[in-house]
Amino acid sequence: MTGRGAADSLLPAPSFAPSVIQWRSKMAAERDTPPLGSAAAGLADFREPEDGEDLFVSTASTLESSPSSPEPASLQVEDVSANSNGPKTAEILIDDDQDDLFAEATEEVSLDSPEREPILSDGPSPAITPVTPTALISNRIEPKVIGVPSMFERSLDEVEEEAGGDLFDINISVSDPEKVGDGMNAYMAYKVTTKTSLTIFNQSEFSVKRRFSDFLGLHSKLASKYMHIGYIVPPAPEKSIVGMTKVKVGKEDLSSTEFVEKRRSALERYLMRTVKHPTLIQDPDVIQFLESSELPRAVSTQALSGAGILRMVNKAADAVNKMTIKMNESDAWFEEKQQQFENLDQQLRKLHASVEALVCHRKELSVNTASFARSAAMLGNSEDHTALSRALSQLAEVEEKIDQLHQEQAYADFYLFSELLGDYVRLITAVKGVFDQRMKTWSKWQDAQVMLQKKREAEAKLHLANKPDKLQQAKDEIKEWEGKVQQGERDFEQISKTIRKEVGRFEKERVKDFKVVIIKYLESLVHTQQQLIKYWEAFLPEAKAIA
Amino acid sequence: MSSSFLPLSEEMFQARSVSVDLNNDASLLIDIPDALCERDKVKFTVHTKTTLGTFQKPEFSVSRQHEDFIWLHDTLVETEEYAGLIIPPAPPKPDFESPREKMHKLGEGEASMTKEEYAKMKQELEAEYLAVFKKTVQVHEIFLQRLSSHPVFSKDRNFQIFLEYDQDLSVRRKNAKEMFGGFFKNMVKTADEVLISGTKEVDEFFDQEKTFLLDYFSKIKDATSKAEKMTRSHKNVADDYIHVSATLNSLSAEDSTPLKHLEKLADLFEKLRKVEGRVASDQELKLTELLRYYMRDIQAAKDLLYRRARALADYENANKALDKARLKSKDVAQAQQHQQQCLQKFDTLSESGKKELTSFKGRRVLAFRKNLIEMAELEIKHAKSNMALLQGCVELLKSN
Repeated sequence: MTGRGAADSLLPAPSFAPSVIQWRSKMAAERDTPPLGSAAAGLADFREPEDGEDLFVSTASTLESSPSSPEPASLQVEDVSANSNGPKTAEILIDDDQDDLFAEATEEVSLDSPEREPILSDGPSPAITPVTPTALISNRIEPKVIGVPSMFERSLDEVEEEAGGDLFDINISVSDPEKVGDGMNAYMAYKVTTKTSLTIFNQSEFSVKRRFSDFLGLHSKLASKYMHIGYIVPPAPEKSIVGMTKVKVGKEDLSSTEFVEKRRSALERYLMRTVKHPTLIQDPDVIQFLESSELPRAVSTQALSGAGILRMVNKAADAVNKMTIKMNESDAWFEEKQQQFENLDQQLRKLHASVEALVCHRKELSVNTASFARSAAMLGNSEDHTALSRALSQLAEVEEKIDQLHQEQAYADFYLFSELLGDYVRLITAVKGVFDQRMKTWSKWQDAQVMLQKKREAEAKLHLANKPDKLQQAKDEIKEWEGKVQQGERDFEQISKTIRKEVGRFEKERVKDFKVVIIKYLESLVHTQQQLIKYWEAFLPEAKAIA
Repeated sequence: MSSSFLPLSEEMFQARSVSVDLNNDASLLIDIPDALCERDKVKFTVHTKTTLGTFQKPEFSVSRQHEDFIWLHDTLVETEEYAGLIIPPAPPKPDFESPREKMHKLGEGEASMTKEEYAKMKQELEAEYLAVFKKTVQVHEIFLQRLSSHPVFSKDRNFQIFLEYDQDLSVRRKNAKEMFGGFFKNMVKTADEVLISGTKEVDEFFDQEKTFLLDYFSKIKDATSKAEKMTRSHKNVADDYIHVSATLNSLSAEDSTPLKHLEKLADLFEKLRKVEGRVASDQELKLTELLRYYMRDIQAAKDLLYRRARALADYENANKALDKARLKSKDVAQAQQHQQQCLQKFDTLSESGKKELTSFKGRRVLAFRKNLIEMAELEIKHAKSNMALLQGCVELLKSN
């Protein structure tokens, strides 16, 4: 009997075991009547398969710490057989959403080892939201975004070949931004469409409507559940008060359209990164976010809410702690990696700044070319020599086409190159955060040891002072703290293991991600040059015709 | 408008374009083989080779400054006999402001760049400096060559002095009268503009020319400034590629993971920016410089029209004076003579002016044709190089 179902082992497998289906319907049944009540308890019930905690604990201890460990044979055979679990050998669902720049770029994911660690949170997490199973299929509204040119889409065949069959069968698109409401209470609703053959979902294709704060809410939940145990949770897109205000106020100009498109694209990339993570995709909050038609409003994501202020305070506290904790690093790997990420962070920021400058200048070039085109047309009109006049008008037309080309290239510069870099700058911040969490865990362990020592000393003193009644209490306390020290050590080892794996996965992902996007970007540059050749070759005979 | 034109002479009929060699008449060959840049002053070496007996030696060189060229131009403008000719426009002052400013900014930003990046930017700026330098040499050279290939100007006494006099010309230049004359000239010019737009033009040819030139001038002036902006943006994009390339290089050097393709990408951007830089500078030479030059040339043509308009005004005034004299029966013969002189002057001006303006149009059309063709060909060439570079890199990345 499988413990977790199809999503656990994402290696291609020839068939489904019937047990999988059984389990699935059970899960579905469970999901429909979720337990309400304390968050942690609710989660535990929700996620717990028949075999219970033991599964996870033993699983955790048998996983190797190397980042690229393959499907471990040592995993619990009782619940997992690698052959029975996988999804059907992948069929990539071609997303024909014209707005989706990243449809192809996000197909590949390499899975080093399935995650089987507990997804129970130690810390506080937001309450489970009730699920009302009302179907919500909205009619596909005409996209109100700027027509990002379709020259950025390419065939999926190449992508499939590259991935070499190692495919994660889920695709998410964010589309159809729609303004809901009026004035300062207005917001943009985005359609989130999931296409998948993974059986952790109820259907293979489904859509929901979500607003920006919903995404932030999801991220907030995931971060609170996973970051402190060492998982790199992809960061959500940034808030923008200025950008949003313009949209709310109803400014239908180019800058607010661009803002909405920028955000839509960012949300899509965010979701794809999140679901590509083998652990996160199984998280009930993620599944619910993608599937359920109603989500309660995540008010705790507002900057000035109580939760928001608490977050700020925590961030400040963390920063102070970081400075005061001086960890004895016994593992050179961590020190090395931290330095690497520090350097990478700096370089990426610099590159990002350069590319942003490029985007800006290219936009300027487009504007100036358009302006010249108009001027050349006027000149052509004024010219009294017929053939020259015609040639000048043709020149004006060519330059006008070229200005369009520059503008499209600026979009590519931005949406492909610049945004990729921006995403990775934020991702690296998340990576650094995870390293900090390890430090915190270590610190907690050390504090426990110190406390244990104190309790032992106290007990010794009591022994000497001969106070038998208090002695028992002291002994109890020692036992308590011994347990905490053990737990602390275990936590530290666990988080170290997790981080190693996560970093390995992150690096692999990064290489792939960059490669795919860079190739796409270069192809956009090629396209621009091709068009330039076309335009100038058409103009040449006109210039030669001047007699 | 017909595209045929009457050449004034064989020499003038030659394909006149901004960059075509005007130095075809072996009897007087002029070039500027080198120049020196000292702080703000540029010193041009003007080299002359001649078979004409009017010169003392068959071959000689002198050193001239920009102000000397201006002096020569102004003397030509003020020469009465040349009123019916289009005086070649004076070369503009050498302007190193743009690269100098950029160099200053670069110095300030040095700390934020890698050594390699800084070196590349400096290289780029030095190239820009050199380009400005080359341009100013060319434009001064062309000015002299237009004079030397003109049947009338080539014989001008001051032109000969300019070419031959081996001492400093500054004494002649700093004549206070001439300085005042310059100011007076400008004042008169604005009056001319009013004059030219006000007078009724009887001659159809000149009427059309007037309308055309006035309109065309404002349009070409606008086109020139827009082309300048466009070229500058292009240069900015090329410069950005330098920064991108440099950072990619640092990234690939420090990155331990097998991101080999970053290095290739860095290399690609370095190559791309060279091409983009060429695109920008070719566009500048073939388009912006062309427009700039003909803007000035059209101004010179307009000046011819002004002079003709003034001659017409003089004639009309002389007519009125003659009528007055006839009425008073006083100094009639004198007035009549004056009137005749004015008429003659006006007629000569009109006749030579017509020829000049017609050949000017021919010259202009040919120049535009040549430069537009060359620009289109260069754009195609550069786009093809870019494409080859990009496709090569894409292949490399895909195959890895």
